[in-house]
Amino acid sequence: MLELTDIHKTFFPNTVNERRALVGIDLHLAPGDFVTVIGSNGAGKSTVLNTVAGKLTPDTGTVRIDDKDVTGLKDFQRAEFVGRVFQDPMAGTSPNLTIEQNMSLAGRRGKTRGLSLSVGKARREEYHEALKVLELGLENRMKTKVGLLSGGQRQALSLLMATFSGPKILLLDEHTAALDPQRAALVTELTQKVVADQNLTTLMVTHNMAQALEVGNRLIMMHEGRIILDLHEEEKRGKTVEDLLGEFAKIKGAELDDKALLQ
Amino acid sequence: MNTAIELGLIYAIMAIGVYLTFRILDFPDLTVDGSFTTGGATAAVLIVNDVHFILAMAAAFAVGTVAGLITGLLHTKGNINGLLAGILTMIALYSINLRIMGKANVPLLGEDTAFAFMRTLGASSGSWALIAILLALILVLKFIVDWFLSTDLGLSLQATGDNEEMIRSFGVSTDRMKILGLMLSNGLVALCGAVVAQQQGFADISMGIGLILVGLASVIVGQALLGTRTVFIATLAVIVGAVIYRLAIYFALTAGLNANDMKLISAVLVVAALLLPQWKIFRKLGGLRRDRGVVSDIAAGGPQAAPALATSGASAAPAAESTRTGSSQEADRA
Repeated sequence: MLELTDIHKTFFPNTVNERRALVGIDLHLAPGDFVTVIGSNGAGKSTVLNTVAGKLTPDTGTVRIDDKDVTGLKDFQRAEFVGRVFQDPMAGTSPNLTIEQNMSLAGRRGKTRGLSLSVGKARREEYHEALKVLELGLENRMKTKVGLLSGGQRQALSLLMATFSGPKILLLDEHTAALDPQRAALVTELTQKVVADQNLTTLMVTHNMAQALEVGNRLIMMHEGRIILDLHEEEKRGKTVEDLLGEFAKIKGAELDDKALLQ
Repeated sequence: MNTAIELGLIYAIMAIGVYLTFRILDFPDLTVDGSFTTGGATAAVLIVNDVHFILAMAAAFAVGTVAGLITGLLHTKGNINGLLAGILTMIALYSINLRIMGKANVPLLGEDTAFAFMRTLGASSGSWALIAILLALILVLKFIVDWFLSTDLGLSLQATGDNEEMIRSFGVSTDRMKILGLMLSNGLVALCGAVVAQQQGFADISMGIGLILVGLASVIVGQALLGTRTVFIATLAVIVGAVIYRLAIYFALTAGLNANDMKLISAVLVVAALLLPQWKIFRKLGGLRRDRGVVSDIAAGGPQAAPALATSGASAAPAAESTRTGSSQEADRA
């Protein structure tokens, strides 16, 4: 479903600030795979997500979605295939538009946007039904401006909007990090539900190792632009946060040894 | 007084154009100073050459969209800062406007203009009949804009100004939306220029200077009074703002300021409309405004607007001769 092949990306090449963000990333996701991505700051997690979304074009390598090469497509041209929820609850919705208008924007993903009414009677009913899934009562506040909703409500709405019109890939960028634990749990639960219902191929970046182990069927750990650990269903089950930290320390230690030897 | 209302309703066309860029796209577009004159010049030259005034106004609109297209391309494809892109187009248009007119001024006296046509219907300048006709026409335009903004395309335009990152993630080319918005906006501004040229009886190379301020004043004053809860209210507010602006100018002139002071009054009015809502006492009034309906909006806004108008009037030299109807028209030529 999603194939990243030998992706390299370097920021500020040939300057003192040169930073190799991605170093030969190979990643294959089967349809329905729910992959959690962990790693320290600067490991390249967000760069991977941005590369899939089309915000960044890789220096070399190809991105294929559903066997279609999308490497050269811009973010809005890929939007038909890729749904995305950002870390910032403000980022995924349009604050000055109403809930139903936001739903309409999401509903037209991958379709032409012409001169038909954005929120007609039929569409309003469709959005009303869709909003019920969130169980937040938003379906009764469809004419409320989204800017008036709480962070948790906005993030839940963002999630619904990102998955509303059937993308092939869902990208979640620490989408529960800015929420309080209760809201975070709610949004995580919704995420699992939506992904399972639509059998979405999902990449989820998180800083929360417990969450990374708990959700999804596969876990990858990144470090300095490389994938250093890839746990599939069987291997992932039964692992604890301590195991992950141990793995991380082991790999980091080995690398330090390499560096020491080279010097 | 009637002429002031008349002018306000005419300039409301331009104010709606400015609303599209300044509020909807969040893009302060300075192209309007140039495209307004381009519209006036295009229409005037065509009318002098015996083209029907409706065709001439359609041509003015079309030429305005081209001006908007150029600013849009400079900004989106050329990565030029929005303000600078607008200024570049505006300056370039000055030469183009002279080319269109062939000289600095094209008189329309005795030509078959829209207003000559209105006179044959008994609606001469300053009459209530003309005000009624203009009001009907501007409301039609308002409803067209309201409708457009409620379509899929219009909603994408609104989202582009509201959250660019988000709407791109739903597959909208924000570059294309910005260009579209700039084209429509400048088309309306040029159309307004065409109407103004016919109303005052000539097109002039300097008719657009400082116009952006008139547009911003209309949008800001109107929306400070009526608010922006829905597109319906927001566009209505822009029209009300355009009329209030003309009335403010009219009263300032009546109070003894002369036509040369107009730009200063415009600037003071915009500053007042931007600062007053930040002051505590007016914020309380603003609170009332939000709680009640649209009708009480105007009531609550009244006292808010009054001091702004009063200050511009009161600061005038007390004994100066009062200027009468039509003076606000001169103000534009100045």
